[in-house]
Amino acid sequence: MLANSQGIDNVHAHATQGAAPVLSLEGISKSFPGVKALSEVALDLYPGEVTALVGENGAGKSTIVKVLTGIYQPDGGRISINGQPVSFPTALDAGKAGVTAIHQETVLFDDLSVAENIFIGHAPKTRFGLIDRAAMLRKAKDLLDRIGAQIDPKVTLKDLGIANKHLVAIARALSIDAKIVIMDEPTASLSHKEIEETYELVERLKAEGKAILFISHKFDEIFRIADRFTVFRDGQMVGAGKISDVTEQDLVRLMVGRSIDQVFPERSSNPGEELFKVAGYCHPTEFEDIGFSLRRGEILGFYGLVGAGRSEVMQALFGVTKPSKGAIRIDGEIAVIRSPDEAISHGIVYVPEDRGRQGAIKGLPIFQNVSLPSLKKTSKNGFLRLAEEFKLARDYTQRLDLRAAALDQDIGELSGGNQQKVVIAKWLATQPRVIILDEPTKGIDIGSKAAVHEFMAELAAEGLAVIMVSSEIPEILGMSDRVIVMREGRIAAEFEGGDLTPEHLVRAAAGISEVKS
Amino acid sequence: MIPSLIKSREGILAAAILALLLVISTRFPAFAAPKNLANVFNDTAPLIILALGQMAVILTRCIDLSVAANLALTGMVVAMLNTAMPDLPVPMILLIAIGFGTLMGLVNGLLVWKLDIPPIVVTLGTMTIYRGIIFVISGGEWINAHEMSPAFKAFPREVILGLPVLSWMAILVVVGFIILVGRSPLGRAFYAVGGNPHAAVYTGINVGRTQCAAFILSGALAGLTGYLWVARYAVAYVDIAGGFELEVVAACVIGGISIAGGIGSVGGALLGALFLGIVKNALPVVNISPFWQLAISGSAIIIAVAFNATSNRTKGRVILKKAEHAL
Amino acid sequence: MSLASSTSQVSGRQIPDRLRSPLQRFLTSWELLLLGVAVAVFIINSFASPYFLDPWNLSDATFNFTEKALIAFAMALLIISGEIDLSVASIIALVSTAMGFAVQLGADTSILVLIGLGVGLACGAFNGFLVTGFGLPSIVVTIGTMSLFRGISYIVLGDKAYTGYPSDFAFFGQGYVWWVISFELVLFAVMAILFAILLHRTNFGRAVYVIGNNPVGALFSGIRVSRVKFTLFLLTGLMSAVAAICLTSRLGATRPSIAFGWELEVVTMVVLGGISILGGSGTIPGVVIAAFVMGMVTFGFGLLNVPGIVMSIFIGLLLIAVIALPRIARQLLARRRT
Repeated sequence: MLANSQGIDNVHAHATQGAAPVLSLEGISKSFPGVKALSEVALDLYPGEVTALVGENGAGKSTIVKVLTGIYQPDGGRISINGQPVSFPTALDAGKAGVTAIHQETVLFDDLSVAENIFIGHAPKTRFGLIDRAAMLRKAKDLLDRIGAQIDPKVTLKDLGIANKHLVAIARALSIDAKIVIMDEPTASLSHKEIEETYELVERLKAEGKAILFISHKFDEIFRIADRFTVFRDGQMVGAGKISDVTEQDLVRLMVGRSIDQVFPERSSNPGEELFKVAGYCHPTEFEDIGFSLRRGEILGFYGLVGAGRSEVMQALFGVTKPSKGAIRIDGEIAVIRSPDEAISHGIVYVPEDRGRQGAIKGLPIFQNVSLPSLKKTSKNGFLRLAEEFKLARDYTQRLDLRAAALDQDIGELSGGNQQKVVIAKWLATQPRVIILDEPTKGIDIGSKAAVHEFMAELAAEGLAVIMVSSEIPEILGMSDRVIVMREGRIAAEFEGGDLTPEHLVRAAAGISEVKS
Repeated sequence: MIPSLIKSREGILAAAILALLLVISTRFPAFAAPKNLANVFNDTAPLIILALGQMAVILTRCIDLSVAANLALTGMVVAMLNTAMPDLPVPMILLIAIGFGTLMGLVNGLLVWKLDIPPIVVTLGTMTIYRGIIFVISGGEWINAHEMSPAFKAFPREVILGLPVLSWMAILVVVGFIILVGRSPLGRAFYAVGGNPHAAVYTGINVGRTQCAAFILSGALAGLTGYLWVARYAVAYVDIAGGFELEVVAACVIGGISIAGGIGSVGGALLGALFLGIVKNALPVVNISPFWQLAISGSAIIIAVAFNATSNRTKGRVILKKAEHAL
Repeated sequence: MSLASSTSQVSGRQIPDRLRSPLQRFLTSWELLLLGVAVAVFIINSFASPYFLDPWNLSDATFNFTEKALIAFAMALLIISGEIDLSVASIIALVSTAMGFAVQLGADTSILVLIGLGVGLACGAFNGFLVTGFGLPSIVVTIGTMSLFRGISYIVLGDKAYTGYPSDFAFFGQGYVWWVISFELVLFAVMAILFAILLHRTNFGRAVYVIGNNPVGALFSGIRVSRVKFTLFLLTGLMSAVAAICLTSRLGATRPSIAFGWELEVVTMVVLGGISILGGSGTIPGVVIAAFVMGMVTFGFGLLNVPGIVMSIFIGLLLIAVIALPRIARQLLARRRT
């Protein structure tokens, strides 16, 4: 991996004078099989200040949150609170030390009441050791009032909207008297009004002296509420400082890297005639009015923030969910797709983002994973022919440069990158016309990444139409002929050629209309 | 505090029970007489007690199929104890019964907690083992009324304030459960573990230990019921309460306790048990063969689970702003 | 990083098909261990009782497991796919009642068999419809239908019994094909082979494993998950009907309590045979051997005049032990390593 230090030059690196950080991370590293998620990162949080943590998906943001909350143990480095070294062997220890996280997908209990969600594990008790419900309700009401939330503490959590669930999570954070509050994309799925309320809340937490780590992709809000920033890229800390010292451009540049340090395969973009056309695809809750076309040999990128509805669109195209309206044409003919097997028979295949749940069949050997959607071809009259399956698996895994001990090895034993190669091999073996790759290189090592990229280029050259959903800007820029940006379930913009710049993508995805400077 | 959805579910069940009583009493007014209803309640008391224990287990995403075997074995143990030592006072016997039942619940719980064996397999196994042990210790013999001491037999039938002790025991357990499940940290942990085991870990709850506690509770109540059952019917043999575990699970399912864990209430379990008890006692009164009972409870289970599932459909992700406001 | 470098040594060249030969695999398999147990039980039995090795006694012993095993084959597939059917014994009761009812109307043997199979299929379809159509948990659904199916038998029969089956109907449960080889034993062998082929040699069988290991992944791979599961419930209903025909024929009478408690014995047989109760793994040969083990144990204890209920202690212990022992061993190994 190349050094990324060149990005820091116009930024005042590291802490400025003034208050001492309440929480300080130094040299924190964390590796997973095949991936180095964090490499010697540093992070300081100050009392009464909001620090924005910025970075692309896969930059290591969620890993650092898990380290801070005791879910992951770092391989090396130091965590200190008020100068005292600490460690968090379990989630409970992190809570006791005053660190709390409000997660993107709020981890709370749907069937318990709001008050109980706030107080589970540390409810006020009567002298008989029973939960003092009156006191619990009163305290819950106080906490909710304190953050200005109009929620009845008696209602069941599942009857609340996402925004209110966030508020409950925040109230819980306050109830354990946290000193450090981590907010992981708290506004990602909120409406405009709710976002405003969240900002007010952050101000209030600041006023109470909490140190806040605010993870966000939205630059307007970072500049509005953050005091400091830290930028992660590829598991490294590439910049930190005061927000007042930088511009939006600086942050984007730090985030994306001035030079794209990955090498993408050379491609001569030469798309053929139109193969795949989607018109007016709608879903009651997930997306609406999705229309685009795709030509043979073309790689179409789909960019957007997490939760913008890209995967949902792709899964509807693949027949997993049913659209309420819309049509698909392949080679000019209407294709009715109501289930994945109909999509497969039309030559549309989907490499899912959630590899562990939707892609790999863990527990089954590699060759059976590869042959799975091609069993009609490898079998005879419904009877398996293992020799044919092995042959198919050999052919396609070799093409993808799979690294494994044997083809009858359980796919679950492979590294993430090699699992992904098997999943891609499995779909290629069906000889598709359209291949949809959803975050194809998420969480896999650099070597496998390059192999996957190489392969996508090859596929396009062979005349396949390729759709690639990705949240990594270098990947989108490096691979796509054309990019569609989605925001809040709709197509926000489409870029091609010279318009295809990181700034354009980030702005369109975040909904920033004009260039600020 | 009780979630509104469950409240309505209980409301529907309570309305169904009332309608059932109403229909029966229009033709057979004697059935709805307070004295007869008290009899029905007394008859249903063992089912109520066991259903509450089962509820705790099901809340934590487990199932206890060994309750009836536990009941029968404990019943046999105390009956034999009574024949051997007729002077053993009843409080002592109660203590032994609860202790013995607890022990068997502990075995289930430890196998689930420490060895992570699926609860259905564990309790399927212990169910046959506990039944087998009854045969071994009794040699297949019955212990009949004349072998039991009068005090031993009299206890569950003793009338206090118009109700037999057996009924009071059920009431006591119901009240205890309302406090335990609603007000104690352990009771709330049952819900947390079953509702979202992942999040439970984040809040510092030990999932396995909580499940083990639920099994212990279920076992203790089965032990208690074992003595009450044997004393009330004044007989102990290998097959008493055979197949009763399914009736217990049925009461829970009918009462709206989700087999997926985390959802259910004391009121629901109570109503589910009462529903089955009323059906059982009403059949002979309305001149329907008691052989209909099994089919009726089976249909009730299917209807209840289908009803609960349709009201709990998972919603997809909401991305569109307008869709969010429409919900 | 260390993992990446270690695997890179085997990269770039062709990956071998198999790490271990099928023989090596077999030598460390659950099935071999089980086979050892079966042989041990056989040897112990033959020493314990002089009557054990008598061909006719051995032949009689097979009736202890053949009917249950017929259901266990279908149940094995169902459990591998991640579902369960606790209503099988009640299906037997309903099928038997339907046949007994038809006998009273003067149906002959072929009609009886058709009615039996038809009722079994209908019961399976009902279970399958509730589970796949409404997305209900199969354990609860089949606890419900378990009461419902047997309940219908009780409504029809009460405390009476149907008898008077035609004399040629007796062949299914009492007939012998050749010398000591009973019709049931032949049926057991044929079904074992058919189910082994279905599970291990066909696309359908592969789909069953895929669904059991990862139902979402199966859906995303183009498998029609609901259709496969529905078929498995049908198959289980059908095999319960086949078992019901054999059992009714053997007993010559139908009572509503027929085959009471069999569902648990069938599940025990399947789990003992190495099928994971959580779904996704196990083999038909394993179930076949488990059937023999259970049959032999029952028979051996029977020769020693040990009552059936005591044998059930043994079966219960066996059920827990076969799952617990590997887990205990794994925990001990893990503890030693750290």
